[in-house]
Amino acid sequence: MELILFLIIFPLVAAIALLLVKADAGRDAVVAVASLVIAGVSIFLFIQYFDVGHEPFDFESEAVGYAMAAIEACLAVVIIVLGIKYKKYLASVLAAIQAPIMIWFEFSIGHGIPVESNIYVDKLSLIMILIIGVIGTLICVYSLPYMKDFQHHHQGEKDRRPWFFFLMFLFLAAMFGIVVSNNLLWMYFFWEITTLCSFFLIGYTKTEEAIRNSFRALVMNLLGGIGFVLAIVFMGIVFGTVELDTILNYSSMSQYSFMVGIPVALLAFAGITKAAQMPFNSWLLGAMVAPTPTSALLHSSTMVKAGVFLIIKLSPALGFNIAGIMVMMVGGITFLMASLAAISQSNAKRVLAYSTVANLGLIVACGGVGTYGAVWAGVMLIIFHAITKSLLFLCVGTAEHNIGSRDIEDMDGLFERMPRLAAFMMIGIAGMFLAPFGMLISKWATMTAFVESNNIILVMLICFGSAATLFYWAKWLGKMSAIMSGRENIQTGVHRGEWSVLGTLTAMTVLICLLFPMVSSTSVVPYIDVVFKSAHAGLLSDIDMRIMWAMLALVVLLTTFFFGRTKKKIVPIYMAGVNAGDNLTFRGAMEKDVTVSLRNWYMEKYFGEAKMNAIGGISSAAVIVVIFSIIIGVVLMMGGVLNG
Amino acid sequence: MVKIIVLVAAYLIFAPIVGGFLAGLDRVITARMQGRVGPPVIQPFYDVFKLMEKEAITVNKTQDFYVMCFLIFIVVTGGLFFAGQNLLLIIFSLTLASVFLVVAAYSSNSPYAQIGAERELLQAMAYEPMVLMMAVAFFLYTGSFEVSAIIAHEKMAFLPLVGIFLGYLFILTIKFRKSPFDLSMSHHGHQELVKGLTTEISGKSLALIEIAHWYENIFLLGFIFLFFANGTQAGIIAGVIVCLAAYFLEIFIDNSFARMKWQFALNSSWIVATALGFANLAVLYVPVVLNMLIGITG
Repeated sequence: MELILFLIIFPLVAAIALLLVKADAGRDAVVAVASLVIAGVSIFLFIQYFDVGHEPFDFESEAVGYAMAAIEACLAVVIIVLGIKYKKYLASVLAAIQAPIMIWFEFSIGHGIPVESNIYVDKLSLIMILIIGVIGTLICVYSLPYMKDFQHHHQGEKDRRPWFFFLMFLFLAAMFGIVVSNNLLWMYFFWEITTLCSFFLIGYTKTEEAIRNSFRALVMNLLGGIGFVLAIVFMGIVFGTVELDTILNYSSMSQYSFMVGIPVALLAFAGITKAAQMPFNSWLLGAMVAPTPTSALLHSSTMVKAGVFLIIKLSPALGFNIAGIMVMMVGGITFLMASLAAISQSNAKRVLAYSTVANLGLIVACGGVGTYGAVWAGVMLIIFHAITKSLLFLCVGTAEHNIGSRDIEDMDGLFERMPRLAAFMMIGIAGMFLAPFGMLISKWATMTAFVESNNIILVMLICFGSAATLFYWAKWLGKMSAIMSGRENIQTGVHRGEWSVLGTLTAMTVLICLLFPMVSSTSVVPYIDVVFKSAHAGLLSDIDMRIMWAMLALVVLLTTFFFGRTKKKIVPIYMAGVNAGDNLTFRGAMEKDVTVSLRNWYMEKYFGEAKMNAIGGISSAAVIVVIFSIIIGVVLMMGGVLNG
Repeated sequence: MVKIIVLVAAYLIFAPIVGGFLAGLDRVITARMQGRVGPPVIQPFYDVFKLMEKEAITVNKTQDFYVMCFLIFIVVTGGLFFAGQNLLLIIFSLTLASVFLVVAAYSSNSPYAQIGAERELLQAMAYEPMVLMMAVAFFLYTGSFEVSAIIAHEKMAFLPLVGIFLGYLFILTIKFRKSPFDLSMSHHGHQELVKGLTTEISGKSLALIEIAHWYENIFLLGFIFLFFANGTQAGIIAGVIVCLAAYFLEIFIDNSFARMKWQFALNSSWIVATALGFANLAVLYVPVVLNMLIGITG
């Protein structure tokens, strides 16, 4: 248990140290050492509790509760003041609603509620700890050279890097807190810290756009926070508990089934906002204004993963009930509409963002379906997505610093200009949508689980969404593969630190596919067995896993032995006019040289972002509104019956 | 196990031969429809042998690799089909193969090849939902995604899955690269994109693509066979006859329609998938949902 507390406190200490250290060398050292320690302890913890299915700790401390309440009050004041300062009054209002309720609850009802265990570990939190501890710190290490470049590109502006790294490590601490908290008051505390960290990280550059987007993220997440607060208050008053495992136990008892659905729906709502599901996806798109490591962190190992983590935790209480239907529909709609919207994007970071939103939608839908197979697929998606998406974001970050653009159309001939980076990117892209890589394996399992759960609407959504996914990834992959001879190789300018992180993540993307049957049998399956109190066969059969394995081996071997090894004569391409020899210009009419430029299809008219967001946002919002109207209606009716 | 090995081996050896003959037959029938005599039935084989002897040239160092992977994974996909494996796995493996072909075209950075590649991807997006729905429908009807179990299922799937069958027939036109959907690359001379996808591929590599298509066509027809297989001789005969009829139908469609715009390919495929596919799936779900409701109320 000490190690778990260490994982929360140590990043916090490192964060404070980074706030104080102003010199580059000192910061490099602190980040390197702290990252090593965090990653090491995460791995050690994973091994230490390897044989433990679920272990609650009765770590008891009144003082911690009060300290948290005090900090929450201070943070609320900060938000209110900032909201007034930047004339974003909605944020102030939301904070002013949320904080007093929480503080009132804590002092009137909350401290009277006995808490059996404040923190716990189980297999799922161990997986999350590993993701946060390893991928999160890799991103922090990558940030060092990246932020040096960033500062170089923004000369004349104040060097706010101490603040940046403070936030990054604070974020890790809060994430560790979320995944081990059983006391929802604690989880809420860490939850709000991640909201604030992302608010400050998004607003890092302090440009007008950054501030606007950071407040959008703040408002949406505070809205989710209110859902969280109401869930806690409801649980405290009606069930006399603030513990996650207790409420999940109640959900399996039939006499409570509807009443438990209320806090579960509220918590799921908080998860939906944090996981940037439609109609709340715009905050994650807006987060793109931040330096790229921030996006990598938000998208892969923190923030949005807190949202889907909570929904996966709630999954035993979801399924075909009021909260479950809301969650699965919002997730399914988001998956389809975000996948379609990604087609229309040429900005690499926005493609990645829509892909994140879509994949989170899939995970959320898995949680909503809440069957054994669906939850298995959801956890697998979390693992694979964390690795591959962080790789892709960091690749785009490096490309941006070297070619001066994050537009896919400007990545023409990247294979010649930055061959290693292009190769990493291609592996990452393939990892996102192609067999035999992880995301596809999970999507396969997802599809099987949805079909088995007899939800025809979800099946349709995933069929069309998968088609869109294939289109937008493959056209990017194609662009990366294009060979434009005679381009200068510019990748020598990339820092060694960046290469080592990118290389590690690329290796992990491939290795995790080789290891995944083991990850499944030692971590994911035991977790689900405990949660669903049953052993289940037939997620993906052994033979299917072995075929995937063989396919992966085949791809790796073919690439190693045959890639780029042709002995044929290289000839110019066909251009319908005389090729000037550089494969880019041809002799056109009137003897004029015409330069060819090629662009991918974005089909703005079909899949324009605004249209997709409107359709997705309105349908999701409608689902949420209808579900909560039903809940409120039934509660009022029951109140009427009781009063009458 | 022995049966599986025999089937897969038979596929590996005979699929290109049968596929080549079917391609030859296609050319003869097409010629007759157009009032020509046409080439001999084994002309496709002559063509491939001739391609093999062409001068070894390429436009860059990577394209041949992608083409080779395309062929290998098409063969793997077909092998998985004839080994009776999971339908979804087969579909995903086919997708992998197709992406290799698309990337091969992209890698040339040639205008015609790249537009062909874009169109190929668009076509893939158009047919993918219907193909996935077909797998779902087989699962709902037979209780399994495994091809071996679907074939062994004692009831013929054709009638209950007739909507899915028609939908699949529709997108088969895209997969066979027939007019009106031969957008990315056409067997006809009147292609506005030169040779589209394969513009920059020549000689041996082009021969490999031809062979890959023969392999591919066989298991694409195999999907049609699944609708009729019911574990009996009659089912097998019916399946083979309908496969041949479907092939003839595609040739007929090819010769009766002009090439349409890509918008039509996407719109019509998705509308067909939604109308026929969704309706058929909904019908299949009725008993399941009824059972669930009885379960809840009872």
